[in-house]
Amino acid sequence: MINWDVIFSVSLESLVGATTIVYALAAIGLNVHFGYAGLLNFGQSAFLGVAAYGMAITVSTFDLPFWLGILVGLAATVVLALLLGIPTLRLRADYLAIVTIAAAEIVRLLFRSVSLSEWTGGSDGLQSFSQSFYDLNPYSGGISTTLISFSARELWIITVGWIVVALALFIVWLLMRSPWGRVIKAIREDEDAVRSLGKSVFAYKMQALILGGVLGSFGGYIFALSLAAIQPDTYGTEFTFYMYTIVILGGAARVLGPVVGSMIFWLLLTFINALLPALVSAGTIPTSIMTTNQAGAVGYILVGVGLILLLIFRPQGIFGDKKEVMLDAR
Amino acid sequence: MPGEPTGAAPARAGSTARDRATEALRDVAREPGAAKPDPILVADGVVRRFGGLTAVNVNHVEIQRGAITALIGPNGAGKTTFFNLLTGFDRPDEGQWKFNGDAVQGVPPHKVARRGMVRTFQLTKALSRLSVIDNMRLGAVGQKGETFWRALIPSLWRKQEAEITERADALLERFKLDKKREDFAGSLSGGQRKLLEMARALMVEPHMVMLDEPMAGVNPALTQSLLGHVKNLREDGMTVLFVEHDMDMVRDISDWVIVMAQGQVIAEGTPDSVMADPRVIDAYLGAHHDGAPDPSAPIDNEPAAGPKATDGPAERE
Repeated sequence: MINWDVIFSVSLESLVGATTIVYALAAIGLNVHFGYAGLLNFGQSAFLGVAAYGMAITVSTFDLPFWLGILVGLAATVVLALLLGIPTLRLRADYLAIVTIAAAEIVRLLFRSVSLSEWTGGSDGLQSFSQSFYDLNPYSGGISTTLISFSARELWIITVGWIVVALALFIVWLLMRSPWGRVIKAIREDEDAVRSLGKSVFAYKMQALILGGVLGSFGGYIFALSLAAIQPDTYGTEFTFYMYTIVILGGAARVLGPVVGSMIFWLLLTFINALLPALVSAGTIPTSIMTTNQAGAVGYILVGVGLILLLIFRPQGIFGDKKEVMLDAR
Repeated sequence: MPGEPTGAAPARAGSTARDRATEALRDVAREPGAAKPDPILVADGVVRRFGGLTAVNVNHVEIQRGAITALIGPNGAGKTTFFNLLTGFDRPDEGQWKFNGDAVQGVPPHKVARRGMVRTFQLTKALSRLSVIDNMRLGAVGQKGETFWRALIPSLWRKQEAEITERADALLERFKLDKKREDFAGSLSGGQRKLLEMARALMVEPHMVMLDEPMAGVNPALTQSLLGHVKNLREDGMTVLFVEHDMDMVRDISDWVIVMAQGQVIAEGTPDSVMADPRVIDAYLGAHHDGAPDPSAPIDNEPAAGPKATDGPAERE
């Protein structure tokens, strides 16, 4: 017997849940880099990582206030953007991709290194930094309906998360319809043309790198706070690859693209990962095809196939304009 | 076509920019590095080497203000490299040059553009996924809304944006692109892209426009209109320096011609004097014979045939 209620409720919860918010914020930042400015940043996970660690180390290791932790995290994000940008933004786009993917791994390995474990907690990471955040929780109890249920803690992080998402979208929307956004999009098309028109391409690329990193860093905070713990290995390269998937799924250089992309991505993944084991246990799928242990991996395979089909039949993503994508072919 | 200035037409000084340019250049010596009465650009000892190859080695060259100067030469002569150096897109190994009296060597390209020397590219750089009107708006300098923080508050830049748009629309109309206003620039034809690039350069309000092969890949129907636009730049008080392979165009619109070969300026003069110059003909037709160039032999050939035949789509020095 398949318990459809549970499958639907976990799917619905994932649509608005903390994970969707984290990836939406990370992808909003990545969309500024990749979608608008054409910067191939493959180290977005590092921006989320330094922000989360900046906050956690400040609060957990040094016992300083939560708000100071947020500021330290933001400062760390800006410093990372400067460190990555100064040597690479003058080079061709693909060099940025190589350097950022390497930098993200360096950052992750630093967080898990033994010699720094006194501050970072090594591969175990850090806990007990989120109390001040949950002390602010105005919800006294959770909600529980037939379809969805969230605890008070979950409600609080979801509320804060979606407010931050809305603010991030508003900022991106404002900027991308301004002359500043026009320069950014023009840089994506052709840097030399923009230079020949009297704009400092380097300065704009740096601003875009910092902006996207800072927007993404809020995803890092929500991620750490929702789990009330941080672990270095969650900030690996596959984190960034999921973000790229989401940006492309939603439609690059579209304001709402990353949010809708994140919702669809996690809805699909959660639904399939709930459905397959249920089908196996109910005997609908015989164990000769897959066992419940294998169902998880098959879920990812199915989502992967779905994304490939999407890119073939709708390369512009959900919000994109096919005409615009085809201009690339020239 | 207006007659070539052979001194027959007694130019009434001040009648048109063309007459003024002709008049000003009349007594200039027809030799490499000739001094001009009112140069906007003066370059000295500009050298650019790529490994063992000296791509550019220009001793001295002056560009007359308010005139249309053509820069011609066979493929690999260093014309585009010289363009890149002058506009800051490439760095020279040696040399200095002054634009409007200010030294500009070592100045990054965007600052060169802001000083009023704006270039276009041999391979047209339309910003494909921006609309035609946004391409134009981008050209305006000193935009308040282009600073990050001010961009967030539309009321700070809306008025200026309206003024820029008005100027852009006027230019689009002049270049007959107004019907394409909302289209993606990537959907334009090759010739229309050239027009857009030139119009966009004018949004910068330059003193000097540098056109790298403005006619390359343009369909003949558009050529005349492009030529007209280049001539209009001079009438509007701008100086034009352009690289071109099409000798008919050079003859038609330029007041002065500078010839480069193997990185050096080998000849200068009016279009007619340059095209009759044996050194120029040698450079194009590749006279590798010993001793002094023999002017009689190459002149039997139509000089324009050489350059046209060497017209290459992607010249990279």
